[in-house]
Amino acid sequence: MFRQSTLKTVLIAFTLFFAAYVSLPTILGQDRMKAITGMLPSFLVPKGAIKLGLDLRGGVHVMLETDKAGLSRDLVRQLQEDVRRVLRNERVAPTGGIVAQNRGVSFRVADAAARARILPKIQELSVPVSNAVLGNTGQRSLEVVDLGDGLIQLVITDAELNERIRRAVDQSIEIFRRRIDPEGVKEPTIQRQGLDRIVVQVPGAQNSKEITDVLQPGKLEFRMVAEPGANPAEIETLPYTDEGGGTIQIERRVLVRGEDLTSAEPTFDQRTGEPVVSFRFNVKGAQAFAKVTTENVGKPFAIILDNKVISAPRIISPITQGQGQISGRFTVERANQLAILLRSGALPASFTLVEERTVGAGLGADSIDAAVLASIVSLVAISIFTLATYGVFGAIALVALAVNFLLLIALMALIGSTLTLPGIAGIVLTLAIAVDSNVLIYERIREEQAAGRSAISSLDSGFTRALATILDANITGFLAHAILYFVGTGAVKGFAVTTCLGLGTTIFTAFTLTRMMVAAWYRWFKPKSVPI
Amino acid sequence: MKLLRLVPDNTRFGFMRFRRVSFPLSALLSIVSVVTFIWLGMNVGIDFKGGTVVELQARGDRANIAQIRETASGLNLGDVEVQEFGSPRDVILRVGLQEGGDAAQAQVVAKLRTAFEAAYEFRRVEVVGPRVSQELVQNGTIGVLLAIMVILIYLWFRYEWQFAVGAVIATMHDLVLTIGFYAVTQIQFDQTSIAAILTIIGYSLNDTVVVYDRVRELLRKYKKIGLHELLDLSMNSTLSRTIITSITAILALIALAVFGGDTIQGFCLALLFGIVVGTYSSIFVAAPILIYLGVRVGEGVGATSGNADKAVNSGATK
Repeated sequence: MFRQSTLKTVLIAFTLFFAAYVSLPTILGQDRMKAITGMLPSFLVPKGAIKLGLDLRGGVHVMLETDKAGLSRDLVRQLQEDVRRVLRNERVAPTGGIVAQNRGVSFRVADAAARARILPKIQELSVPVSNAVLGNTGQRSLEVVDLGDGLIQLVITDAELNERIRRAVDQSIEIFRRRIDPEGVKEPTIQRQGLDRIVVQVPGAQNSKEITDVLQPGKLEFRMVAEPGANPAEIETLPYTDEGGGTIQIERRVLVRGEDLTSAEPTFDQRTGEPVVSFRFNVKGAQAFAKVTTENVGKPFAIILDNKVISAPRIISPITQGQGQISGRFTVERANQLAILLRSGALPASFTLVEERTVGAGLGADSIDAAVLASIVSLVAISIFTLATYGVFGAIALVALAVNFLLLIALMALIGSTLTLPGIAGIVLTLAIAVDSNVLIYERIREEQAAGRSAISSLDSGFTRALATILDANITGFLAHAILYFVGTGAVKGFAVTTCLGLGTTIFTAFTLTRMMVAAWYRWFKPKSVPI
Repeated sequence: MKLLRLVPDNTRFGFMRFRRVSFPLSALLSIVSVVTFIWLGMNVGIDFKGGTVVELQARGDRANIAQIRETASGLNLGDVEVQEFGSPRDVILRVGLQEGGDAAQAQVVAKLRTAFEAAYEFRRVEVVGPRVSQELVQNGTIGVLLAIMVILIYLWFRYEWQFAVGAVIATMHDLVLTIGFYAVTQIQFDQTSIAAILTIIGYSLNDTVVVYDRVRELLRKYKKIGLHELLDLSMNSTLSRTIITSITAILALIALAVFGGDTIQGFCLALLFGIVVGTYSSIFVAAPILIYLGVRVGEGVGATSGNADKAVNSGATK
């Protein structure tokens, strides 16, 4: 065993060197790193460092959930519009209108000939559901059911709804990024979780309000205020935030949407001096707006934000330039915020906060101090105990432990993992248990020697026999923590990753480095017996 | 230099005989755990029951708890628990789940901030909605059960089935006692507790596997010794390692529990308890249970002989 090949030694040395190199940014800190390596070409400088978790660094973590019911209502409303358009084109009037249901619409066309004419067109509304990951899923967006008696029902399929949710979440992530970090300096983490959730983490933020403030959908719509005697199926009642509140009847049909805005800026009204948001439409929006305002001079229209009417001005003259302003008794701050919301585009869905974890910077710093002190005391205690128990071999075990620690840091830096408070406890515990592999080897050597073997033969069989045990023991531990990784969230996940990596590095050091050092010791001293 | 020898060489403790004490003891402790768990329950944190926790630090010298209590009860948030925490400047507020779902839940912090921001620094805010907490309970439970199952399957492949069953019984024993520990001490049970439980399971199995490895090795080596004696021999030959490894882990955890701050103290105490119990269960539960599970000497793993040695069997039940 002790005839170690040169290649192997070189490989071990190289691994250690590489680990030390990769850990540099973590150990020195990015600032000092820059100062030292400033003159080196950039490809030589390692970049990744272990990030501190929000519990150590301070910051806000929130989990948001999509309003699935709302999204489904939007889909139904849109479907209603589509069906209405098809029927109008075919000049078929459904008896009793198009009725919105929970997950679809239904309508009745009593005339068989008319029904036969529209059915193919209605079928065309159902398109294949495609998916960014899988491509074509083979499923269609709608199920068209002939309920008999002239009644036709369209149901939105699960595949379609889920795909819409998925898309809405993806779009929202992009929009959140623009809203939370317009200057690109806050390093926020914004990720999807599951189908319908988003996790937002902003290091350094002190108050979740900074984040929840920008979570309003920002859905801007221009619609007509309903005239008396309008078809009740085509109007709805919305809360009115201007003019002392109350509600107001608005047509369901949307004339122009917020997507057609090209800019939105907070300004002041030239006459009243009130804070307002001025905006400009793109060509499509400008045309639509010009057409509507030309046709409806003298009638009131409504500016609707997130299903609340913020103002309902009367059209005094056609607006053909494609610009305008929104007034609604805003404060300067609110006008500013609204402009950001409108500029970043509307969220395709609304979100509710379902989890928040905020750690103040003060607590984070205290936690780091405590964790560092605890780790040092812990490692000193382990060192003293190991040295007292195994002497020279204890020293070897401690070198192996130090290398283990280095490898662990290097791996964590490489995969860009985040260090949390339980993660630190995990590292210390991993190191304590890493000593176990040395203990197993040493105890085995001691036993072999007690059984009357020579020094070299005890060392040899000590290592060989302990191997299987160490592997078995570490694999079971690995399985337990791998599962923890999959079921855990946040800080717990960090703990699981750390432990799993630590078990891997433990096996590596036990069978390469410890072995190499023991072999070197034996060659140097040529002892008759092993002092263990 | 004289080395520290915690366990003398060639110990000959009758571990298996001790099962007449250890089994009833374990059974008793398990029952106490279950009864306490049912009777007292656990101090479940908001991770698993939902709600809001806010840690405040007075900007002045000390926190005025009476005043906080009064202000908080005027906020119409239901029961608000106010508790001193660490130093006299620090206070923890716990607010239960609000009626009206996630939306109402999200309002709690805003109300608290308006009320206390002026005089107190918000050190930590945690809000867990009703559905998230339900999922966390579900995931935690599934995780623990899945871990036990996967490990059972792994051990089944590596050893005879008796070893897998023995390891799982020992693990369940540790699990039940750890839950009992949480119930008795009323240390808050949250997400990190699931991490603690899985770490304890991992450690306990690690210990059990080391002992079982030795049992298997000796089973292959000695075909003529009784199981009873063989198990004692295995325990004694691994005893030094068992003790040294446990002490290393315990030393590390004591340091973490004492100096690591309040946030991880509960976590470290649970681990400390778990490691003591895990070590105990490997020696006094996992090993002697093999006697009852019918492991046969002379038929070590990998060996195919079907003829059990009569003398060995009588030795095992002596």
